[in-house]
Amino acid sequence: MKGLSPLPTSRRGFLIGAAGAGFTLAFARSSLAVADPAATIADTAFEPTIWYQIDRDGAVTVNIIRAEMGQHVGTALARIVADELEADWNSVRLAYVDTDPKWGLMVTGGSWSVSQSFMLFSQAGAAGRITLIEEGAKLLGVGADVCTARSGTVRAGGRSVSYADIVRRGNLTRSYSADDLKKMPVKQPGERRLIGMPTAAIDIPSKTDGSARYGIDVEVPGMVYARPKVPPTRNGSKVVSIDDSAAQGIKGYIKAFALHDPSGTVPGWVMVVADSFVAASRAADAVKVVWTSDDTARVSEKDVLDHARKLIDDPAGGALVVEDKGVDEAFAKAKSTIDKTYTTGSVLHFQLEPVNALALQKDGIWEIHTGNQWQSLILPVLAKALGVGENKVIMRTHLLGGGFGRRLNGDYAVPAALAAKAMGKPVKMLCTRADDMRFDSFRSPSVQRLRMAFDATGKVIGMQHHASAGWPTQVMIPGFMPKGVNGEPYDPFSISGADHWYTVGAQRVRALSNDLANRSFRPGWLRSVGPGWTNWAVESFMDEAARSAGVDAVEFRLRLLDGSGRNAGGALAVGGAHRQAAVLKRAAEKGGWGKEMPKDTGLGIATTFGQERTMPTWVACVARVRVDRSSGIVTLERLTLVVDAGTVVHPDGALAQVEGGALWGASMALHEGTEFLNGQVKDTNLNTYTPLRMGDVPAMEVEFLPSTEGAVGLGEPATTVVAPAIGNAIFAAVGARIRHLPIRPAAVLEALKAPQSA
Amino acid sequence: MTTLHLNGQTITVDTEGDPPLLWVIRDSAGLKGTKFGCGIGMCGACTVHVDGRAIRSCITPVSAVTDAQITTIEGLDPRGQHPLQKAWTLTQAPQCGYCQSGQIMQAASLLKDFPNPTDQDIDAVMHGNLCRCMAYLRIRKAIKLAATELQRRAQP
Repeated sequence: MKGLSPLPTSRRGFLIGAAGAGFTLAFARSSLAVADPAATIADTAFEPTIWYQIDRDGAVTVNIIRAEMGQHVGTALARIVADELEADWNSVRLAYVDTDPKWGLMVTGGSWSVSQSFMLFSQAGAAGRITLIEEGAKLLGVGADVCTARSGTVRAGGRSVSYADIVRRGNLTRSYSADDLKKMPVKQPGERRLIGMPTAAIDIPSKTDGSARYGIDVEVPGMVYARPKVPPTRNGSKVVSIDDSAAQGIKGYIKAFALHDPSGTVPGWVMVVADSFVAASRAADAVKVVWTSDDTARVSEKDVLDHARKLIDDPAGGALVVEDKGVDEAFAKAKSTIDKTYTTGSVLHFQLEPVNALALQKDGIWEIHTGNQWQSLILPVLAKALGVGENKVIMRTHLLGGGFGRRLNGDYAVPAALAAKAMGKPVKMLCTRADDMRFDSFRSPSVQRLRMAFDATGKVIGMQHHASAGWPTQVMIPGFMPKGVNGEPYDPFSISGADHWYTVGAQRVRALSNDLANRSFRPGWLRSVGPGWTNWAVESFMDEAARSAGVDAVEFRLRLLDGSGRNAGGALAVGGAHRQAAVLKRAAEKGGWGKEMPKDTGLGIATTFGQERTMPTWVACVARVRVDRSSGIVTLERLTLVVDAGTVVHPDGALAQVEGGALWGASMALHEGTEFLNGQVKDTNLNTYTPLRMGDVPAMEVEFLPSTEGAVGLGEPATTVVAPAIGNAIFAAVGARIRHLPIRPAAVLEALKAPQSA
Repeated sequence: MTTLHLNGQTITVDTEGDPPLLWVIRDSAGLKGTKFGCGIGMCGACTVHVDGRAIRSCITPVSAVTDAQITTIEGLDPRGQHPLQKAWTLTQAPQCGYCQSGQIMQAASLLKDFPNPTDQDIDAVMHGNLCRCMAYLRIRKAIKLAATELQRRAQP
């Protein structure tokens, strides 16, 4: 996303100067700072970003602004710096930083972290290496040109000096202008020693012995515990009365009170405070609250979906994200058209660590301890809630017991902060699982109508995609919404994927905000966001279109992935649709496409480009399913995935993301899912919410195509390709076309009754 | 006040109101490796051993275990180097890691019953342990690795 790039680097220089027991290497914001690096680094008011340090023992500490939530992002980012720096990997440490403004925009999402940081971190590492070589050469009494750096040592001929010695004895003070930095000789792919090589993730050992510390684990002396009473609707509920008489007998119970929230984040919330979590939780069960609610207390899943259909039926509404000339003409003159509607239901994040936060005030500064993915989004909200300036709130991010987009929305920090303010002491708020689920900003239900036009020769000459869903970006950060070609703003994360790489003639993509969804609950960004529904529609539709055209589903797609016009690609998308065609072909080959299958067993294929056209991760998947015609139960037997993610920094971490992401996709297709019911989600715990378990895991094969192109994202792309591959496989197996996610046995039985549309 | 036998030590904790063992471990004994996930015994993040058997501490009243030996992830191996823990690192199983204490404790119990487990044994016993990052392939692999290592050690 353009507006989200955390580091406007075009005018930024780079400094190296003495600090503490070593040297700090940092980006500087202004040319003034670059003029006198030694003074600037020493000046505590100086605001460097993305810096790392080398100390007198040669240890390199890389500062990480990203949240660690299972993707081992710190390891990947440090590998980029260390590779260019020629550091000894064993001497590299990570430091996860707080929310000091000097770090710039802090967000971990969109599968952006590695892609956005790659060149910057490479240049920072290269600047350090060059400086260390220059100073090392002086110490060795030779020219820098005869020196090389490897594993934290500068060598010339048979002699060498360690980085530790250079830090102790040399003078590394330097400044590089923005132009110097741009010209920094960054390694060619063949020269890399760490990037793309196997390594162990730095955060893993602490996750095997109980020593890893998550937000839920943080405590401070004198804190009290709070559990909320979550109101009957997300918005528009008001507290009428609180009766805590039944809680009075609970030992440790302190008080229950309604929150006054100037930020409007948690209207109608009541906090129940006690000196232990167990007491707070039991007291919350005992406290009786009477609320009044608005009309959203009567809104259910069907209302949201019906409203979406109504919005789509009005051709005037929404933002035109793609609007080629001649769409209506193409459909008017078409020899044949197809027209299908796809829907998806509500999905909960169910990150395993329920949302929680510890808030306290120290020396006039509010400290919020929690796990969070988008600190820059919630800090201004916290400041407003607390009635202080933004410079009076700081967030310390701890490990996240799962992110998946839930913790992009930091709304859970607000009630903790307000309770701490009301109590005048540190408050740790912890939601029970049911509280967490009811408070979730879940994935909105969606409706999408897709149409395709064919000419007399069977060529595709037009395509339309109309999609309506709740828009998280509109609700939480409307300023981030770009405008469509008709001037209407839209949530890019809720439509991305519909702007696919198939050449389909005249194309129209229209995004419609479901305002009923937006006010009835808080729609959330959930792992992959819009592509979770757009790819379900596009790739199911491609299968239906291929069958309607009488062409093999792989062949049909390959014809459209011709790389012409805007689908030629460029920058991170170099190669464009040709790279998507390559993963598709490889997946078909690897997954046994075209092979005869046993009875009621079928293969389905799908291909996607990850999150955004500007940062495509090319993915293709073949799913093999078996369908029980009597029960409608679908068994996923095998998943074959092929991925082209350009340069892969941490191959095993990348593989883990694809494995987990694909299983998320399978879980959302066949296992989990909820529905909105009278202003609430229907499922509030694992007794009825049923994500995929170990016994449901299919046989899996994952292959990365070797590439030296730019690094792109891996946290989400494998998630969205799986559901349409499964849906298409069900059709191949038994001729039942499924157009709703999640796929339930009843829907399969129903579809089996329908005459085959192919 | 009640005494508990936790990781080989005897400690005294306030158990008025008979709280679930999970919160005694986490907030009274201060051992944070055991996690709170669902509170109804269905995610497995809170799994600890009571007399060597895996149980869900979030639904176990502390009064039920006062005479038992309780072992948490911190007490599984004095140096955190149980074959399962080593296998978890070797296979790079954890992603967010939040469920992994529970997974490892459940797996330790599994290997007592099935020293040489099949995929089916593992799937059946580990079914109650949710990994939301869905690192299941690696958890299964790590259990088998650890089983091999334990069997190797058992040989004379």
